[in-house]
Parts: sequence; structure tokens; C-alpha cells
Amino acid sequence: MALSNVVETPASGFNFENVSRNVALEGLLEGGHTKAPKPMKTGTTIAGVVCKDGVVLGADTRATSGEVVADKMCAKIHYISPNMYCCGAGTAADTEKTTDLLSSNLTIFSMNSGRNPRVVMAVNILQDMLFRYRGQIGASLILGGVDCTGNHLYTVGPYGSIDNVPYLAMGSGDLAALGILEDRFKPNMELEEAKQLVRDAIHSGIMSDLGSGNNIDICVITKQGVDYIRPYQESEYKDKRQRRYKYRPGTTSILTEKIVPLELEVVQETVQRMDTA
Amino acid sequence: MNTRGLRSQLKDSVPVTGMGPQVGAYGVQDTLRSGFSSVKNELLPSHALELSEKNFQLNQDKINFSNLRNIQGLHAPLKLQMEYRAARQIQRLPFLQSSHLALDTLKGNDESISFEDILNDPAQSEMMGEPHVMVEYKLGMM
Repeated sequence: MALSNVVETPASGFNFENVSRNVALEGLLEGGHTKAPKPMKTGTTIAGVVCKDGVVLGADTRATSGEVVADKMCAKIHYISPNMYCCGAGTAADTEKTTDLLSSNLTIFSMNSGRNPRVVMAVNILQDMLFRYRGQIGASLILGGVDCTGNHLYTVGPYGSIDNVPYLAMGSGDLAALGILEDRFKPNMELEEAKQLVRDAIHSGIMSDLGSGNNIDICVITKQGVDYIRPYQESEYKDKRQRRYKYRPGTTSILTEKIVPLELEVVQETVQRMDTA
Repeated sequence: MNTRGLRSQLKDSVPVTGMGPQVGAYGVQDTLRSGFSSVKNELLPSHALELSEKNFQLNQDKINFSNLRNIQGLHAPLKLQMEYRAARQIQRLPFLQSSHLALDTLKGNDESISFEDILNDPAQSEMMGEPHVMVEYKLGMM
């Protein structure tokens, strides 16, 4: 249907038309003692450690929506490129989309130039993107990777601040995890020792923070490749259901069955030679 | 970084226009097309990012061009802007989708993906404008 009050094609990108409506709705809802739905956050513990052969990243797997656990097996370690992975804390949708965009941009770059992207490039792209939106995109990310210049671990805050450090923790459980990391980190650790350290850091975050919980995922990035261990350790506190609550096949009885064969006949056939020179 | 130079570039950036009343013919509020006017809605942008996003591309271009002028001389931004203007004219009529291929290639948008490519794609917009109205608006006849 053609509308006559539209005089220009709408601009692409973010659309702010509903902001004043949302503000008005918020006011109405508060008056009626109900709350607007909260976005799904990954109140999280994520941690990263640089070791001798590469980078070890770890994360818990709980996603919360207000006071309810929304996802018990959430994947917080996102793929960026074959040599880089990124853990995300903050609003779940924001971290997903931002890391997806970053991954697409780096794939285009590596197809164009024929090289594996460097970690600094990913960090700069993230920083530009997050600063442009002045922190409205709530994504705190830990980016770790191995490239030709060495093993790197960076953190990017929601307003675009970056930091290059050998060990790191972010999210709501970061204070607990940082305690463990500060105590036992040594430069140039062995791989197994680093994995154990990250596991212990995430575990202390899970124990001491309400927003983190369930399983621990670990991702090990080395020059030879990536080992994404999911889950590295499952939580001991799993539900023990009394029975199976799924329906058996055959629960719904079939009353009638009618099969109509679809007969197709070839009307026209054309062959086009492809020039594979 | 030369912050003094940056300040002089920023004062040329696109001024904050805000959401002015939609003027129709005769310079008066065009109630038929854009509805009743409300001073509160029009003075202040309701979202922190609304103004910044509206002018983002223009401001970036201004900064880049003045940097280029300072480094390479006047001819560099002049030639680039000439090419931009030429590429911007290669378009279909306003109510049809044009691919902006030449303009995207010049600006380097063909090698990057950002929120402009994912969200609110005009090719998939649910509302279609009336062709005659859109062409008249484009030509400045109304």
C-alpha cells in the first residue's frame, strides 16, 4: 500500500521512532505497579590468561533475566576468527551482535588481503564501534588471540576503553576471579597450569556471585589451533528430575492418513555451457 | 595528536539542528502530512544517540577531508568530493531501490559491515511511498 505521507525512503541503521513512546509506556507501567521486561544479561564471570604457548579463556554458562536464570547452558565464548576468540559480558544480545559484526568484518578483510587478522585490528574495530554508540551497547568483552606478533589478551569496555594485560577477569564475578588470578598468576606458565588457574578463577566467581553459575567453558588458543572445551566442568548441582517429562512417540494417535503424489512433468530443458577456462 | 587542529575542524561540523517543525508550503507546519506539532517533541531529541547518529557520517567525512587537505593539499579532497558528487547522481527514481554501488565502493563501505547494513534495510521496509509524491519532493516542487 503506498502511503502519501512518506516522502523519503527511511534511513538504514538504528531507528529512534519509538523512544518517546517507550518513555511514556514506562511511566504508565510504573504507575500500575508492573515492570517493563528486562533484557537478558549475562551477569557473568569471564577470565583470560596469557601463557607460554598461547591464550586460555574461560567463562561460566549462566544467563539471567532480572532475577530468573534465563539460560543454563549459554555460550559466552564467541568465535571471531580462526586465531581469535572473544568472551562477552553484559547484555547478551549486544555481545552476540557485536562479536558477529566483528567476525564478519574480519572475514571480509582476510578474504581481501589473504592474511589472518591481527588481534590489534579486532580491538581497534571494536573500540571504534563501541565508542561511536557512547556505551549504549552494553558489551564488555575479553578478546584473546594468537597472531604473528605473539599471544595477546585485550579487554574492551562498553564505552570503548581498551587495556592490554597478561591476565584479566570481567563481569559481575570479576572481583572474586581476580583474587584467584592475582594470587597465582606467573608469567610464561605451562598450558595445563594456566587451564587449572582459569578454571579455579571461574569457579570462585560462580561460588561468590549470584549472576554466575552452572558449567565452566574453557577455550585454549595456540599457534597450532584452538581447543574449545565445552563444558570443561559440569556443575554438581544439576536437577534430578523424578520422571521423564517428554512425550513418548505415539502419544498422539493418528486418525487418518492421506497421501497425494505430486506428479511433475518436464516441460522444457535447456543446457547452458559453463566456461570453466 | 594536534588537539588544537582538531578543534578547528570540529567547529565546522554539521550544526545541531534538532527536530525542527516540518515546514510545508508557505513555511507553516504541514499538519496534513506530519501531524499535530508538539513543542516538547521537537525541541529535544528523546534519545542520547539520535542526533549523533543522524550526523555521524557527515561529521566523519568533514574530519577526514580536512585531515586530507592538511596533509596533501587542496587538490586531494577536491578530487574526492568531485567523484562523490558524480557517484551520488547515479541513482534510480526516489521510490525505487538503488544499489549505490559506485558510492559504496568510493567510500569503502563495500568492505565492511555495520549496523546500517543489518538494521532497517530500506529494501525491506514495510511502507511504500507514493511515487508521484516522492518524485515531487525530490525535485523540490513541494
